[in-house]
Amino acid sequence: MSAPADIGRAAARSLPLDAEEAARARRARRERVGAVALPLLVVGGTILLWHWFVTAYAVPHYILPGPGRVVSQLVEDWDVLFGALLVTLKITLLALATAVLVGGGLAVLFSLSRWVEMSFFPYAVILQVTPIVSIAPLIFIYVESPTAGLLICAWIVAFFPILSNTTLGLRSVDHNLDDLFTIYGATRWQRLRHLQAPSALPYFLGGLRIAGGLSLIGAIVAEYVAGSTGTNGGLAFRILEASYRLNIPRMFAALLLIALAGVAIFAATALLQWLALRRWHESAVRRER
Amino acid sequence: MTATRTALQTAPLLRLEGVTKVFGGATTALDGMSLAVRDGEFLSLLGPSGCGKSTALRLIAGLSQPTRGRIRWREGAEAALGVVFQEPTLAPWSTVFDNVWLPLRLRGVGRGVARAQVEESLASVGLEGFAKAYPRELSGGMKMRVSIARAMVTRPKLLLMDEPFAALDEITRFKLNDDVLALQARLGCTVVFVTHSVFESVFLSGRVVVMAARPGRVVEEIAVEAPARRDDAFRTAPEYAAQCRRVSDALKNAMAQA
Repeated sequence: MSAPADIGRAAARSLPLDAEEAARARRARRERVGAVALPLLVVGGTILLWHWFVTAYAVPHYILPGPGRVVSQLVEDWDVLFGALLVTLKITLLALATAVLVGGGLAVLFSLSRWVEMSFFPYAVILQVTPIVSIAPLIFIYVESPTAGLLICAWIVAFFPILSNTTLGLRSVDHNLDDLFTIYGATRWQRLRHLQAPSALPYFLGGLRIAGGLSLIGAIVAEYVAGSTGTNGGLAFRILEASYRLNIPRMFAALLLIALAGVAIFAATALLQWLALRRWHESAVRRER
Repeated sequence: MTATRTALQTAPLLRLEGVTKVFGGATTALDGMSLAVRDGEFLSLLGPSGCGKSTALRLIAGLSQPTRGRIRWREGAEAALGVVFQEPTLAPWSTVFDNVWLPLRLRGVGRGVARAQVEESLASVGLEGFAKAYPRELSGGMKMRVSIARAMVTRPKLLLMDEPFAALDEITRFKLNDDVLALQARLGCTVVFVTHSVFESVFLSGRVVVMAARPGRVVEEIAVEAPARRDDAFRTAPEYAAQCRRVSDALKNAMAQA
């Protein structure tokens, strides 16, 4: 029984690094490198495989273009596609901003009054569960400006996660802290500002991460439904247009831009979450092991 | 005029008169509790769980209203209240400084104006130099100190403590017991302290109110005799042991009645 303990003590004395600790450090280093290298390897491998398949079987580019062809098409069509990307991103970001304002605002309103929540929450749910593809045609009939129509569609998809998460967050206040605010005679506004808002922040940011991706999806789907009515076409419009012309490489190039935009939005919201929570919230705090 | 002033000074800080609290129309948490809290005393409410000691504290804090009976404060004393809960109950998103500043902030005192008071309060619990730390970076005992500093920053007349040290280890608890006594001696505030520890209640208080459960009620009030300075010597003194036995017997009686 005492022998292993003695060994442990001896190991502790031979600081700074004994064999096991060094092995642990190596493992940790390998994991850090792997987290970056492995996904890159998989992407690189897939591209190589794709390239090999297209050349080996001599697949015509109007069926499946090779990766090189997609990139050269992207460069060639840069003006058209980049313009389309800006149009789609504008709708996406405006929808996200509106979702934050309306979703967050409604959540605050709900937390202030149970009656308002009981009256309006069901409508938010209905709006959320009805597929946007089925509402969009109606919206484009009643709303004259295509941009406004696209914005409304993307907003409908994006706002619910923010509303429901923030509502939950505003309610998950520590009871004792709540009592403390009562004892010190806090006003409704002080309670919201100093207690509920910070409690809800992690929930809100979680909702924002979901809404970021959803607003892009909403913008793209709405563009598909709007079809040719959008005169300043976004990326989805360009994909549709290219498909009519059987310009498959351009479809891939536009798809690549959409995927990159989605990743960029996700990374931005993740960064925001980390910046806001790293000092205090369990989800963002790194632990020493 | 002089007569009235004397009367005011000798009147207890607050008085519970036949206070009963029934939850959900069925559970009697507290049954007809009468108690006078006097200025500057250290009073412990001691009893098993379910004896209504925490309920009594919440009633005094104004966090719930008595079903029957009333709580009467001496005129002008109501507002000056500080509370320490069983958990440190700190805002995790705020630094230690901001946590202690909170009671003043809610009264509209700005950061600059509050700085001296907050720093003094932190110093009084031995936490100078931790103002910028976040609660999660502190140990359990240090968090409790921040909680005490926050309760003291408004210089309350009455400090309510709800089993504040129950979750701490014995070494930390003894240290904090000493510190609370020192703090009270220096600031002269009144303390109502809820505990289920016989030893803690005797060590700290001038008066122990023993309570019983089902329904929660007061069964006995015991005055504790102690030297002017309660320190480690008192903790191991025979008088201390004897009084612990007295309180412990009273508690045993109370439990037997229930």
